[in-house]
Amino acid sequence: MSDLEQFRQETRAWLEDNCPVTMREPVKSFEDMYHGGRNPEIIHPDQKVWCDRMAERGWTVPQWPKEYGGGGLDKGEAKVLSQEMARIGARGALWSFGIVMLGPALLQFGSEEQKLEHLPKIARGEIRWCQGYSEPNAGSDLASLATKAEDHGDHYIINGQKVWTSYADKADWIFCLVRTDNSGSKHEGISFVLFDMEQPGVTTRPIKLISGSSPFCETFFDNAKASKSNLVGEEGKGWTIAKYLLTHEREMISSFGAAPKKSVGQQAVEAIGTDASGRLANSVLRQNIAQYQLDAMAFSATMARVGDEARAGQGLGAASSIFKYYGTELNKRRNELNIAVGGESALGWEGEAYADGRVSRDWLRSKGNSIEGGTSEVQLNIISKRVLGLPDQ
Amino acid sequence: MALVLNEEQVMLKDSASGFLAEKATVSHLRELRDSGSARGFSDEVWNEMVQMGWAGIAIPEEFGGLGYGYTGLGLVLEQVGRNLSASPLQSTVLVGATVIAGLGNAQQKEQLLPALASGEKLVSLALQEGGHHAPQQSALSAVPEGDDYVLNGTKVLVLDATVADTFIVIARTAGEVGDEQGLSAFLVDAGTDGVAIDSRSLVDSRNVGILTLDNARVPAASLLGAAGEAWGGLSRALDIANIGLAAELLGLSVEAFERTVGYIKERKQFGQVIGSFQGLQHRAAELFAELELARSIVLKALHAIDAGDERLSLLASATKAKLCEVAQRATNEAIQMHGGIGMTDEHEIGLFIKRARVVQHTFGDYNYHLDRFAQLSDF
Repeated sequence: MSDLEQFRQETRAWLEDNCPVTMREPVKSFEDMYHGGRNPEIIHPDQKVWCDRMAERGWTVPQWPKEYGGGGLDKGEAKVLSQEMARIGARGALWSFGIVMLGPALLQFGSEEQKLEHLPKIARGEIRWCQGYSEPNAGSDLASLATKAEDHGDHYIINGQKVWTSYADKADWIFCLVRTDNSGSKHEGISFVLFDMEQPGVTTRPIKLISGSSPFCETFFDNAKASKSNLVGEEGKGWTIAKYLLTHEREMISSFGAAPKKSVGQQAVEAIGTDASGRLANSVLRQNIAQYQLDAMAFSATMARVGDEARAGQGLGAASSIFKYYGTELNKRRNELNIAVGGESALGWEGEAYADGRVSRDWLRSKGNSIEGGTSEVQLNIISKRVLGLPDQ
Repeated sequence: MALVLNEEQVMLKDSASGFLAEKATVSHLRELRDSGSARGFSDEVWNEMVQMGWAGIAIPEEFGGLGYGYTGLGLVLEQVGRNLSASPLQSTVLVGATVIAGLGNAQQKEQLLPALASGEKLVSLALQEGGHHAPQQSALSAVPEGDDYVLNGTKVLVLDATVADTFIVIARTAGEVGDEQGLSAFLVDAGTDGVAIDSRSLVDSRNVGILTLDNARVPAASLLGAAGEAWGGLSRALDIANIGLAAELLGLSVEAFERTVGYIKERKQFGQVIGSFQGLQHRAAELFAELELARSIVLKALHAIDAGDERLSLLASATKAKLCEVAQRATNEAIQMHGGIGMTDEHEIGLFIKRARVVQHTFGDYNYHLDRFAQLSDF
């Protein structure tokens, strides 16, 4: 038996013994996933049981090194683990910004002390993280951020405001971009610091969106304190880390454009009916849907191609630069079609008959996809300059 | 099948690119046009293509071909699109050989495919009758008389009409106009009595013509496949043809785009290069995104042919529709961004838009294939 096959059998047996039956159901929403933290929101007690058991083996972050709380699995083993979890329908034991964002950044840019301090707590779901990036006057132009960190010897004193901080009201710690120096260009003088949100100088306020309540918050710093031991990378060189993480975030957001199970064409046929030739009764809507489905098909072929090229060792091609832009624009088109196809029922906001506005709220929320994580216009600027080599004005 | 090229395919692509960029460039097309070439391509270039095996690139090895599959042919056609290289690759290799391989019996395949692979013979499909691609509407009649069939009718948009040795004529032997059933495919030699070939001049300056059959008599043995049963094989061959033409449109569009981006980096107005204006940058970036999508769907469709994918028709219409859309946008933007110089015959960019529209139209344009894509998607 090969090592991998043996690993598969052991994994299968362990999962059978340790994954609670209640955790073999798909998560119903983002909120339904277990996020951990000092005061975890526990919908079902098995969430914590499942997370603790997985964390003990390092399998909440299977590919992180063992010394940082990871499972130390190689690619092949990690694939086997996810296949075996899928086999029994086991849900992920822990989902957090610590795992998907900060962890990878610390592994790449953090000091040994920082890795040992923070990564195991992320892996065990003990600390929940949020990301402090955007500010009221630093959206697309993120590098103009002004939240100020003043040098006080062994620590910084931080003053300013962040906005669009997802789950700031539920997070324990923040990874935050602050300005430590004003003298150079705007990209210089930005530092990447970590600090505890549970201190008098930090307050948060949730933001209500056009689609209703949201995870976003405004976050205010009034003489908040951050130890210098939690400065990641060099002082003033935080922009490099910020860019690295933005790339991560964009990849996450662009995956929203993936094609759903039931095609919008099929939904339209159910809602509107067909003519004698079997074509959707409204020919204008039919054309709009066909164009969308065509582009969705070509986009998913592009995601597959870029993945295949990377796996074949051909590197990440220029095509990846279009993901964020195209995926989010596509998702907006899909949501507009949902409204067109659903008609009155899609415009419902509250009430059981409208599933509490699932369609309309998703539609409104989708408008933010081409704004957050770098607007479509910023993405087009990036393609123009970095891929096509067009000059600045 | 992973959406990447293997080593053999990369070598093929590179060698096609190198050969065409030297021997069959846009300026060669201009020379052919300006010299009033009756053949529409250079025999010398075609012979070299044959020497390299391109005439048999997708023909199985048992019939004297290279057996590289349609992915191989598609890679060559993409380079053909980049250079606007004129040759019988589309008429004979992409379409003719595919129809024969799909519909012919063992004897016909053994007789014809090696002759195509070796470049001895040129064949061309005679299908379209009206102004638009509508294969079920074929009305050209074939009536049995003794051991023969007698054919009457007219076909337009016959590629390489004046040089083809043999035509594959789609005729109705039964059923009504509009039916899929009752269509038959006949091999009709160019020299047959009652066959008239008229050259036509289209915007792309390529060899194309009208075929008129006036009581043309052919033996029953010239039927490709069973009488009245051509639809299945024809339809699959058209799917393949459209994917191949989409590959040509991909190369053409990418080349037009790259030339245009190159131009806006050089051209100065208001004291700066016009490529620094966001009004052009965003349009270029959007077009870049569309071209990346186009590349992916062409590769997916080419692989689907070689893998025997059951959804080939859906993919073929998706691919042709997408490439028609992208080619139209790329060539229109190419003219607009070149400005006045792009309107002149002297500049090469105009030759791209001319070829693009003919390829877009051939075997169904955007409107035809988007409609078919929706139908095949059950709405």
